[in-house]
Amino acid sequence: MAIQTSINGKPVALSAEPDTPLLWVIREELGLTGTKFGCGIAACGACTVHVNGEPARSCSVPVSEVAGKSITTIEGLKSADGTLHAVQQAWISAQVPQCGYCQSGQIMAAVALIEKTGSPSDAQIDEAMTNICRCGTYPRIRKAIHAATGQAAKASKTAEGAA
Amino acid sequence: MADNPTAEMQPAAPAKRKGVKRRAFLIGGVAIVGAGLFGISIADSNASKAAKARVEGEGGHSFATWLKIGEDDVITIYSPHTDIGQGSNTGLAQMLAEELDAAWDQVRVVSAPAESAFANVGLGRGFLADMTGQPAIINGIPQSFLSFIARQMNLQITGGSSALRFTGRMTFQNVGAATRLALVETAAKRLNVPAAELTTQDSHVIHAKSGRSLRYGELAAEAATLSLDNAPKLKDPSQYRLVRQSMQRLDIPAKVDGSAQYGMDFSVRDMRVATIMAAPVRGGKLISVDTAPALAVKGVQKVIKLDDAVAVIGTGYWPAISGLRALSPQFSDGGNGGISTASIFKAQDDLIAKGEADGEAGDGDVQAGLGAKPIEAKYQVPFLHHAMMEPFALTAHFKDGKLNLWGGMQAPLATKMMAVEVSGLDADNVTFHPMIIGGSFGRRLPMYMEIVGQVTKLAMQLPYPVKLIWSREEEVAQGAYRPQSSAALKASLTKEKRIAAYRNDYAQPESAEAETVFPYTLSAVSRRHFAHVSNQQTGAWRSVNSTQQGFYNESFMDELANAAGEDPVVFRRNHLKAGSRHLRVLDEVAARSGWGSPLPAGTGRGVALVESFKTIVAHVVEASVGEDGMPKVHKVTTVVDAGSIVNPDAAMAQIEGGTIMGLSSAIGEAITLEKGAVQQSNLSDYPLLKMAGAPLVMDVHFLNSGADMGGIGEPGVPPAAPALANALFAATGKRVRNLPIMTQAKA
Repeated sequence: MAIQTSINGKPVALSAEPDTPLLWVIREELGLTGTKFGCGIAACGACTVHVNGEPARSCSVPVSEVAGKSITTIEGLKSADGTLHAVQQAWISAQVPQCGYCQSGQIMAAVALIEKTGSPSDAQIDEAMTNICRCGTYPRIRKAIHAATGQAAKASKTAEGAA
Repeated sequence: MADNPTAEMQPAAPAKRKGVKRRAFLIGGVAIVGAGLFGISIADSNASKAAKARVEGEGGHSFATWLKIGEDDVITIYSPHTDIGQGSNTGLAQMLAEELDAAWDQVRVVSAPAESAFANVGLGRGFLADMTGQPAIINGIPQSFLSFIARQMNLQITGGSSALRFTGRMTFQNVGAATRLALVETAAKRLNVPAAELTTQDSHVIHAKSGRSLRYGELAAEAATLSLDNAPKLKDPSQYRLVRQSMQRLDIPAKVDGSAQYGMDFSVRDMRVATIMAAPVRGGKLISVDTAPALAVKGVQKVIKLDDAVAVIGTGYWPAISGLRALSPQFSDGGNGGISTASIFKAQDDLIAKGEADGEAGDGDVQAGLGAKPIEAKYQVPFLHHAMMEPFALTAHFKDGKLNLWGGMQAPLATKMMAVEVSGLDADNVTFHPMIIGGSFGRRLPMYMEIVGQVTKLAMQLPYPVKLIWSREEEVAQGAYRPQSSAALKASLTKEKRIAAYRNDYAQPESAEAETVFPYTLSAVSRRHFAHVSNQQTGAWRSVNSTQQGFYNESFMDELANAAGEDPVVFRRNHLKAGSRHLRVLDEVAARSGWGSPLPAGTGRGVALVESFKTIVAHVVEASVGEDGMPKVHKVTTVVDAGSIVNPDAAMAQIEGGTIMGLSSAIGEAITLEKGAVQQSNLSDYPLLKMAGAPLVMDVHFLNSGADMGGIGEPGVPPAAPALANALFAATGKRVRNLPIMTQAKA
């Protein structure tokens, strides 16, 4: 029996087995590959999406649990005219991604945090942003979250020495 | 990694390479100028004709294989390197576009196809892929130079280091400059003016006198028929407009909206998904497996037994992994069932105690200098896992005698060659399509690409395309780990608080001598390597052997400073040459970190100074110990001398990331063995640093000394662990000699 849900504002009927993790339905049935597989046990956050506005690690959410709920993936963050979300723009300005593989999940976690807190403090960022980035982009993620919420950058800084 | 860099290039697979046409590696008319300018005059070679045809097939006009200028002025650069997020492709484009005087907003970078034509002109590609010998074109170049390039090519993965230092400086700058000259020559003819009266800017050739100008796009067709100057004059750095600027990375926009396509994301019609479990004890074989429980899982289509692994093929990843988990395969242990973390440390201790070194480097009479009562300390570090965020995923399809592969692998041509070897097909019938890579840090190097062999074996017996995905569990259990290693350090001090003699005896698979630069000037110093190999596959882990050696030497220097009753910075200064780059980096980091100024109670500062990949990095870490016994890093001040920097912001990102990776490994990471198998299962028990554990303040400063360009991806890592350990000693008086720190905090 098909599972009725909504992905990025569009109603869909999903045919996957009920125990299939939402991640694999999003990636393989719907072909939305921006949501990534990293660990399969909700440890890394690369698969973070929003379920009814709350961040969820989709590798560990059976698709049966999202029946009737509204899901947003990284592909759904842009506005209808293609304009990037303010958090995505901040990510480019701060030149956050390196390999980039975890960044869809990082951005989804950051958007959820900002929607909840408005202007998160460093302590709130530490508490909420538990996604793993092996490239070590954390200082820039922090900077981008502050920039997206109109706060001055507090994180990494540099200076150019004389040649 | 090996002493002899060429030896490292040997793949795990047999050296015999069926079906590879040797002539593909021989280039007609390649110019070699001085120390190595490659691939400028390649117009006559068969390989380059093929490359030209391939590139121009999509429209536009090709120059020297890597560069195409379209009639619409769009400039496409074919990078022979794999950009794993370190920004090397953007840096290469900056270097080429600078000399070309290209309009930056019209510049695009794409990965060069995994074809020998591109490899040939890129030197390292062909050299890497061939591996059974060197192309004839590079005969006559000193082996030391080739080894160095081969080694750096091998390491390009983790940094803009080799890409910019070798491909960029030796090739791309010249291609840009030579192409600019061809465009000017063409314009001079067309405008009927002397070339000397022409200037170039933003993809235009300009004749200021007459106020006329021509777009590169309208000159390209004719200019592309000219022979390129193989020794063009390069710009003076004072004229740079793009190089040394923080241009935004070209790959980033697609990485914030989910559109970037990684190997994991590849999909093709009728494709099935496979996942695999190899023998948990490395060296073991598959004895037996009852396939029925997997086949009973809905969506599972096939179970395939390989020599040392079992694979389950399904309609998607979930059925495949569910099927695999339903199996109870029996594996042999290959005689390695007695190996454990403890047994490896014991064997390493025994080797060092026996004293028969496999290699020694250094100066002076160390034995005499150490005297009867040297200061001694024993250090140990564990195996480390790369933990790239994208697990291995590679798709293969065998149809009508041709094999196609799609994925993100570090060395595309070597990937193709491995598939050629395993499939037995002619090289002309195997194509590898490189995709974006989700991290590597050394894991996706050609010597450890067992997944290429696995997916090729599966594809050769399946009627449909198959994407093989490694679970994170497989990724953790079947790594190419940074080696577990032990060191016994000894030194003696003079009354003047100077080191009289210094010995570093270390046991691990390979000598670290090729990477270790001991910066201190001592009258007697000895580094002895004791070769110890376990059943585990070990490999290059960001900065290779510099992490172990950096931790050993910079921690022990701190111990010696303490024993001498000297400040750690002053003690180091006293052993560095006056006027040296090392001394300048140390002084700068001391000044910028406020070294010696008061800190809150319980917080300490630690310093470490390491040179790796020709770049000198010093960190000062401020850290304390939390109530949970875990270290907390508050601030890292870093000074880097990489000679010169192409893209300052991208370079800073590499140093930040390298520092965090170094701190992460020091605090929490370890792969341990029991009964020959890895004990860790996933990222849950292989803890990586997260946001809350990363330093709140990272102050990175570059000294552009003008020395030869050094690497940037790796050198931030090695000083991080010792700087943290030294800070914890300053804070608590407790010396960290075994990593990770977490294990001791819990103990």
